[in-house]
Amino acid sequence: MTERGRIRQFILTQFLFTQDESKLADDVSLLGQGLIDSTGVLELVSFLEREFGIVLPDEEMTPENLDSVNALCALVERKRAAG
Amino acid sequence: MCGIAGILNLGDAAPPQRETLAAMARPLVPRGPDGAGHFITRDIGLVHRRLSIIDLEGGAQPLTNEDGTIWTIFNGEIFNFVELRRELSALGHVFRTRSDTEVIVHGYEAWGDDMLHHLNGQFAIALWDAPRRRLLLARDRPGILPLFVSTDAGRLLFASSIRSLLAARAHPPALDLAGLDAAFTFWAPTAPQTLFEGIECLRPGEKLVAAGGRITRERFWDWPFDPEAAARPVDERAAAETLRDLLIDATRLRLRADVPVGAYLSGGLDSSVLTTIIARHTDTPLETFSIGFEDAALDESGAQTLMAAHLGTVHHAVTCRREDVAAGFADAVVAAESVLLRAAPVPMMRLSALARGTGFRVVLTGEGADEVLGGYDLFKEAKIRQFWARQPQSKARPRLLSRLYPYLDVNPTRAQAYLEAFFRQGLDAPDAPLFSHQPRMQTTTRLKAFLNPERPWPSPEAAAAAVTAELPAGFARLAPFHRAQLVECRTLLPSYLLSSQGDRMLMANSVEGRFPFLDHRIAEFALALPPHLLMRGLTEKALLKRAMGAALPREIVRRPKQPYRAPGSSAFLSPAHRDATRAHLTPEALQSAGLFQPEPVQRLLTKLEAGGPVGEKDNMALLGILSAQVLHARIVRGDSPGGIGFKPDADSTDSLIGRDAGGGDTPQPRRT
Repeated sequence: MTERGRIRQFILTQFLFTQDESKLADDVSLLGQGLIDSTGVLELVSFLEREFGIVLPDEEMTPENLDSVNALCALVERKRAAG
Repeated sequence: MCGIAGILNLGDAAPPQRETLAAMARPLVPRGPDGAGHFITRDIGLVHRRLSIIDLEGGAQPLTNEDGTIWTIFNGEIFNFVELRRELSALGHVFRTRSDTEVIVHGYEAWGDDMLHHLNGQFAIALWDAPRRRLLLARDRPGILPLFVSTDAGRLLFASSIRSLLAARAHPPALDLAGLDAAFTFWAPTAPQTLFEGIECLRPGEKLVAAGGRITRERFWDWPFDPEAAARPVDERAAAETLRDLLIDATRLRLRADVPVGAYLSGGLDSSVLTTIIARHTDTPLETFSIGFEDAALDESGAQTLMAAHLGTVHHAVTCRREDVAAGFADAVVAAESVLLRAAPVPMMRLSALARGTGFRVVLTGEGADEVLGGYDLFKEAKIRQFWARQPQSKARPRLLSRLYPYLDVNPTRAQAYLEAFFRQGLDAPDAPLFSHQPRMQTTTRLKAFLNPERPWPSPEAAAAAVTAELPAGFARLAPFHRAQLVECRTLLPSYLLSSQGDRMLMANSVEGRFPFLDHRIAEFALALPPHLLMRGLTEKALLKRAMGAALPREIVRRPKQPYRAPGSSAFLSPAHRDATRAHLTPEALQSAGLFQPEPVQRLLTKLEAGGPVGEKDNMALLGILSAQVLHARIVRGDSPGGIGFKPDADSTDSLIGRDAGGGDTPQPRRT
């Protein structure tokens, strides 16, 4: 599965409790839609670190980096390129 | 405290039957374990279950006037009955008992419905004016005590418990979709809505009059918010002294009883103030009751022990474990007759069991101070968001948000950008009526994703629109802080805090709670003050601290406010409770109730069982869904009708409704 597919799969099953791909657009704001609360951020970051072997310091835990599927894909790509 | 129920014929329905009254009385036994009485005619049936507190010998109900024309049953206490009795005696009324109930009857004779304005108390009253064939129902000002109503088959039914009405209704019980939708927005439906189809509650401070087949309802009291208050010049020192005097008097009045009165002690400011007043300003030897948690982040035992030692009270404490919360949840849901999105009521039920087990049937408790005197973090949050909304591009203003919720130590939203993004919700409409409650509503509303889309749910805006429609004229002219207070007083205070977490958890163990901070004189005084006296900057309950701070240990006044919270949902899926939890949430059980989609619920369970961090949203989802399923199984479908608190020996009609206070024979059904 692609990185994008894995990220989408995680958000769909863990936050939307469904596998219906049509429920999640790649550019939608996860916070704006209320899909992710404060603990949700923790879950999401744990997933990224576990799944993609990246480390995310506090200052990078921002909505710009985490708030949509597109943003998450870009973050993972950037971190891996840097790592 | 007690339980009441009744049936009024609105037209030519069959006369009320003793057996129906008995069925209505059955769920009221925990509210009134000490006795029963009823009154029945062709027009009306009244039944009363008694918890004896004042005038143990003479206080039986239903109670009537000198010539048997006015009848009343009532749940609650009229704290100023001594003064009212004096006043009414001077007007020539003859009292036959020492009970507070009798001032209602004579007060009605003297003043009509205006009698309600004379009462300082907590009450749900039914009063039958036989010559006028007129029924008056009334509920106390802040909504401490419940009073539910239903029109069904040509009758008006009313009771302290929803289950009493379900027992008498011709229609089979069903959960109300709009009520559930409202609960998944505001934590609980707002009056007059309930979780059950065809059943309403009286609004706090509302009276209902039924006469000549017509029913009218109106508020006889409302929270006295005042648009002029914000600009009113006030001497702060004098205001603090007035508040102190009012609190002492409100507490003194609430110690009136013919049984011992104890107090809950949470370790926070409000209960510390109350217990201090009792200890310093009355002769009552004080016993205090506290709940502790094994989870250090929730536990306040340190502050409780400190206060108890400081005042020299006889202190009783019980520790609530995660397992206890899971074990007690279903019974708490049935007692609450509502969904619970938090487990916090469960420990309150254990606390009332501790008080009752120690021999106490009355406790004073500090609820209401946060609403009336400005204590909640939600008010600070709203204040910061208002301040920020005036300069939405400001970098400095939203930084104040980091001063909120310091107790959430694992909260990664401390990452400032995330915090800002969350609380930015609704910032573009700072004058919206529910601006202050927008973040809470947004979080709660997510639960609706689990609802079964095939059912006719109300529109997404319906719950908020129902609350907005109830707001008083002039609401928009209030100071933003007062708007936040008013919304809180109208929604969460009566519909959750005083009911699911208050009266129902107390009454499940036959204990009466009394709430000095909710004396209407305190509301009428404090809400006429400029809001900055209540919340100075971001210092909550500033005026209360000024009024009472010197009498308290410094550690108590200075400790950061810790909201009362109970353990989350982790124990519900532990080996000991997993099967019980899952039994309510199988695809079959979910389909049978028809409220939720099975697939997402199964995924939620899988996620929670994996044991990762559990967020507020998932926690609320599990408890909200589970509690709705429990309501369906235990109340709608009627599994284990024994339920909580039902005593098998209180089965017969005679034992459930006692003697007929009118002494008349049971009327026979009219031939048709």
